[in-house]
Amino acid sequence: MISKKIQIKLLEEMLKIRLTEEMIAKKYYEQKMRCPIHLSIGQEATATGVCFGLKDSDKVFSAHRSHAHYIAKGGSIKSLLSELHGKISGCAKGLGGSMHLLDLNKGFSGAVPIVGSSIPIATGTAWANKLKKLNDLVIIFLGDGATEEGVFFESLDFASLKKLKILFVCENNFFSVYSPIDKRQSKKRNLCKIANSLGIKSTFIDGNDIENIYLKTKQIKKYIKKNSEPFFLLLNTFRYIEHCGPNNDDHLKYRNINTIKFWEKKCPIVNYQKKLIKRKILDHKKLTKLKKKIFNTLIKSFKYAEEQNFPTKKILNEFIDA
Amino acid sequence: MLKKIKKYSEVIKETLDYNLKKNKKVVLMGLGVDDPKGIFGTTLNLHKKYKNRVFDLPTAENGFTGFALGLSINGMFPVITHQRVEFSLLAFEQFVNQIAKWNFMTGGKVSNPMIIRLIIGRGWGQGPQHSQSLEILFSHIPGVNVLTPSTPQSVRGLFNSSFKEKKPTIIFEHRWLHETYGNSPKLNYFTKIGKAKILKSGSDITLVGFSYSVINCLESAKILKKFNISAEVIDLQSLRPLDINTILKSAKKTKNIIIVDNGWSFYGISAEISAQVAEKLCNLKNLKIDRLGNKNTPMPSTKSLAKLCYVNPYDIVVSAEKMLNKKFKNLKKFKLKEYYADQPNKNFLGPF
Ligand SMILES: Cc1ncc(C[n+]2csc(CCOP(=O)(O)OP(=O)(O)O)c2C)c(N)n1
Repeated sequence: MISKKIQIKLLEEMLKIRLTEEMIAKKYYEQKMRCPIHLSIGQEATATGVCFGLKDSDKVFSAHRSHAHYIAKGGSIKSLLSELHGKISGCAKGLGGSMHLLDLNKGFSGAVPIVGSSIPIATGTAWANKLKKLNDLVIIFLGDGATEEGVFFESLDFASLKKLKILFVCENNFFSVYSPIDKRQSKKRNLCKIANSLGIKSTFIDGNDIENIYLKTKQIKKYIKKNSEPFFLLLNTFRYIEHCGPNNDDHLKYRNINTIKFWEKKCPIVNYQKKLIKRKILDHKKLTKLKKKIFNTLIKSFKYAEEQNFPTKKILNEFIDA
Repeated sequence: MLKKIKKYSEVIKETLDYNLKKNKKVVLMGLGVDDPKGIFGTTLNLHKKYKNRVFDLPTAENGFTGFALGLSINGMFPVITHQRVEFSLLAFEQFVNQIAKWNFMTGGKVSNPMIIRLIIGRGWGQGPQHSQSLEILFSHIPGVNVLTPSTPQSVRGLFNSSFKEKKPTIIFEHRWLHETYGNSPKLNYFTKIGKAKILKSGSDITLVGFSYSVINCLESAKILKKFNISAEVIDLQSLRPLDINTILKSAKKTKNIIIVDNGWSFYGISAEISAQVAEKLCNLKNLKIDRLGNKNTPMPSTKSLAKLCYVNPYDIVVSAEKMLNKKFKNLKKFKLKEYYADQPNKNFLGPF
């Protein structure tokens, strides 16, 4: 059983991601955040469930759609928003933008927008942990698209060979930009079995079921540490807005209306709220209060980001090497 | 004959359509070629017209570049599209070792015609991994054509000519050029590969550019004219083969030459051209050469720094001022508008 405290905390974490992303989307048109953004709205449970309870010394890597992972790992919202605004207070001093987040104090080690490219880097980090005799975990979030790259297979292979303490988390949202999974992968393809055939244990979980993700990954993390073995986790989920940008793009009709409706009913946050209310752990008043608290912090964080300075030439000159 | 003004991206689409229709061996492939955005409009809806010859692909760049080579050596004509230059780097081995060498390795027995379209990103915070041009990496390798059309006219002509080639051809398209308009020649218009084009003739100074840097050269030529300087603007069009003769001829005439890179000038295209001009015209008295390129760092995402990294027309004019030993009055007023580094025009709002 999950304690009441943790139940509330799981919801709060998901809400934090959702409200942050929604506010980014809402304010994007003001043109102060001038970088491509890949929002995680709809995919909050995967990030929250997997990252919950990790230590700061456990390291998380991600790709282009990394806001949720960054927030779930405890990354500073002020630094995130500053980065999106291109400010010096950003987590990469404005040099990276939304596609290059990191928070080293919190163990969010990096995110890159070249599909698949952070998988071997995370694997190398797990290798470093092994060579340095550290018992920390490495977690790499990757999309269904990323599993088509060669480095995905190479990384699984190597992690298995070297018995690395790494958790590969594939968030399958069924689309790579506008391209549905059945146009890119054989219907007979089975990711969990692929991992198994390379000597890696695997599990499939509904990616919108926060409690199940939390409970199962808790065991998985123990398993990885105890056996010094990698693990592969497959989570099905859905993004609610466009691939890149702040808008809904369902008018383009690349996703079936029934599929969209199916996943809307499966909203990880709405459903969990209902569940907690039914369990009497939460009521509407408490929920409003919780949202209000997050909202107020967000308003402050946005204000902070907007008020910070842009980086100056000086920082750039530090990188000149020719 | 009445000239037609068309958008660069529209001309690409028409030309691809024209070649798909004319040559049944042509196969179009790449991530998103059949999606609702159709690679910034350049392949929009072609999949509906050519049902079995336009293919979306898995995110497997290294693999599918090899697949394309496989098609090519078996008589087909693949056209690969990458929405950013950077995505093609996953297939650099296939490109350098296989595609560029297949014809040579087979003693010339097997040719492997194909087109690889590489799109250069810029602005709206693209940042370090979505805005590199890297023409030099590809131009360094013998065995391929590398083309950089900068106008609707040359994009038509160079695509058409590439479809006639036996060699593989890389075509660089700058994302900001997709949005530009210009005279569009008829569907069967050809531009000779390996020829530069004088876009504007002049007598005082030569400005050499390619791809988007041509736009900067033309803009700076306009500013220079206000100071009574007559600039000749050369669009390279083709980086490999390189039409050095057109450049030399112009340099001999003006004795002042500025080469403007699209990316970094350090070991850049401008370095090669400067070296050749210096070698071949070393006896020419008073010859002056300068070259400009992006700041020697990765490209920052924030616009406050990106604007300091890109060469802009003002920088070219400043270089010309120095080269010509002039003092241009009130030059500062030609410093650029804020949105220049970040947006090609005010309507460009990303996200990419
Ligand atoms: C090597 C490479 N190829 C193509 C792209 C363009 N691209 C950016 S995000 C993306 C979708 C990847 O899909 P997936 O990994 O499933 O992640 P999702 O966007 O669904 O979260 C693609 C194809 C890229 N960034 N890098």
